[in-house]
Amino acid sequence: MTKWMITAALAALALTTSWAQAQEVKVGVALPYTGIGAEFAQLVDRGMELYLKLNADKVKPYKISLIKRDVKDPGGANAKIAVQELLTQDNVDVLAGWIYSPNAIASAPIVTAGKKLAVIMNAGTAHITTMSPYYVRTSFSMWHAGYAMGEASAKLLNAKTAVVGYTDFPPGKDSLAAFKRSFEAVGGKVVDEIPMGGAGAVPDFTPFFQRAKDKKPDVFFVFVPAGDHAAAVVKTYAALGMREAGIKLIGPGDITQDTKLQAMGAAAVGLITMHHYHADLDNPENKRFVEAWKKEYGAATTPDFMAVGGYDGMAAIVHVVQTLKGKVDSEKALEALKGWKFASPRGPIMIDPVTRDIVMNEYLSEAVMKDGRVFQKVIGKIDGVKDACKEQKIGPCAPK
Amino acid sequence: MTFGVDVASMLLGGVAAGMVLFIVSVGLSVTMGLMGFVNLAHGGFAMLGGYAIALAMRHWGFGFVSALVFGFVLTAAVSAVLERFLYARLYGADELDQVLFTIGLVFMMIASVTLLVGPENQPLTLPPFLRGQLDLGILQYRAYSVVLIAVGIVIVAALWLGFERTRLGAQIRAAVDNRRMAESLGINIARLFTITFAFGSGMAALGGGLGAEFLGLDPQYALKYLVYFLIVVAVGGLGRVTGVFYAALLIGVLDFALKKYVPQGGTAFIYALTILLLLWRPQGLFGARAT
Repeated sequence: MTKWMITAALAALALTTSWAQAQEVKVGVALPYTGIGAEFAQLVDRGMELYLKLNADKVKPYKISLIKRDVKDPGGANAKIAVQELLTQDNVDVLAGWIYSPNAIASAPIVTAGKKLAVIMNAGTAHITTMSPYYVRTSFSMWHAGYAMGEASAKLLNAKTAVVGYTDFPPGKDSLAAFKRSFEAVGGKVVDEIPMGGAGAVPDFTPFFQRAKDKKPDVFFVFVPAGDHAAAVVKTYAALGMREAGIKLIGPGDITQDTKLQAMGAAAVGLITMHHYHADLDNPENKRFVEAWKKEYGAATTPDFMAVGGYDGMAAIVHVVQTLKGKVDSEKALEALKGWKFASPRGPIMIDPVTRDIVMNEYLSEAVMKDGRVFQKVIGKIDGVKDACKEQKIGPCAPK
Repeated sequence: MTFGVDVASMLLGGVAAGMVLFIVSVGLSVTMGLMGFVNLAHGGFAMLGGYAIALAMRHWGFGFVSALVFGFVLTAAVSAVLERFLYARLYGADELDQVLFTIGLVFMMIASVTLLVGPENQPLTLPPFLRGQLDLGILQYRAYSVVLIAVGIVIVAALWLGFERTRLGAQIRAAVDNRRMAESLGINIARLFTITFAFGSGMAALGGGLGAEFLGLDPQYALKYLVYFLIVVAVGGLGRVTGVFYAALLIGVLDFALKKYVPQGGTAFIYALTILLLLWRPQGLFGARAT
């Protein structure tokens, strides 16, 4: 009798816990909440939280809880530890985050071993998604903007020569390779490639820009991490009189990150960028998104491409949770995301069923002064851009 | 572009960077030379001063020049208090204790600033007359670099006169050369230490503010550039204003030229050069031979 009662109690307990598991989905978030990436982490974090808040009814009847871990720096080692702890100690169902590429690269073997869906919300080095079959990317690849920009520079900006300056870490080299390949394919010539220090600290850009200026290119393509690096780039470009020397500063949207743009002021006017998102995009989803953001986080704040990476990433996770009815099986989750379409603030997006990377529009924009603020005016648009690195199977993007 | 203009622009850029290094490092050199105190928190004072200057301009309506004065005075005052209550207790301690104490102080400075102001870079907007390009006849160059060089020359001249021609300067030199003899001649060493320390920290603050255009300004500033400041002091020799000046210019120009012509090498060259130089002359290029 006693034995029977214990068995029944255990069975009941097992039932309730499995029911609880079905209700609650634990998402482990690996972001650099402190240190040099703290600002970026906040943007992605707010993007995720905003999606959950605005779409509370879409999440029901399930519950999504975020377990946040600080990965501290772009070095890789701390991120690896954080991801491992999320998997083994917190038993998360889904992983999310990754601001810096080196962190995503270092985490890849752990993600593969842990066999959990991992949504990359920022890190942009192209071949990251080939490093683990569980990686799905809702942000971008450096090749999206870099490759598109190379072609646009030659065809739309009539540039014949270019100098490329890049921060010397994986996405910087990726950006250089992407730009160079497409720019030279349509007849342009990259006359100099300048590594400009690491991602850990903002260097004095003067010597690098002086070198670029001496080469007198038509365009100066710069990839640096968004944020403080970008602010320093625009400042140095203006201070060295490169605009007056007839050299156009171009790059992916990191150099005109929305959160830094207004502080750059007049120095930013004339910058030309290729990117998948900026807060001035004119579409109904973005209008709603920006409005909700300002209401939630203050009128002086603005979302940017990182915030959208977090927002869309959370939309992907909610889609998975709904499709699988709260029981997140990794293989089924991957299936649910392949070919998933969503009306993002950046325009229509899709997850490529073959590469698990994002397919989206790229916008060519020019910074202009409008009503006393710097405004990003769209001057060109390319629909449904795939990551060219994986499309063309270049270098580390080729399937092994 | 002709070779001459190329070299001129490189020299201007390098000398301007060197001036920033000089202004920040001179205080470190004097306090280390005078007190024999390894003050690794010196970069922290530069960071605090830079923050005071940036915040004064943005929130309290200061102009650039008045903010620099404000930053100097505030940082000097804060450091004088710290010197009296904390540093003074460790003057007799061995170097490891001093290093541990000052490194701990740097971490506290970084954490406090992150907590109070935030982790992001503080933009410091220069007044319009310092922005843009200046026509120098043979070439156009960044106006601020040119102004910085002029300011640096005025400061080194003033410091040199102060050290070589005033009573206080003579006392400091005496104390650097032979502290016990200076003390027995009736020089109030404790007071001299406080004044010199406060002045050195004030200079660091000035450098933090003036250099923000090149070096940026964030909580990590305190540690990020410390190595450069220490290199300048090591190469220049302890307690020598002119030595620090030449060393700062040398390092500024070399670093600039190497970054411009061999960017692939990164910062490795400057460290390698420093090692070679110190193997050759351990007392620094311009320091007096140790007795």
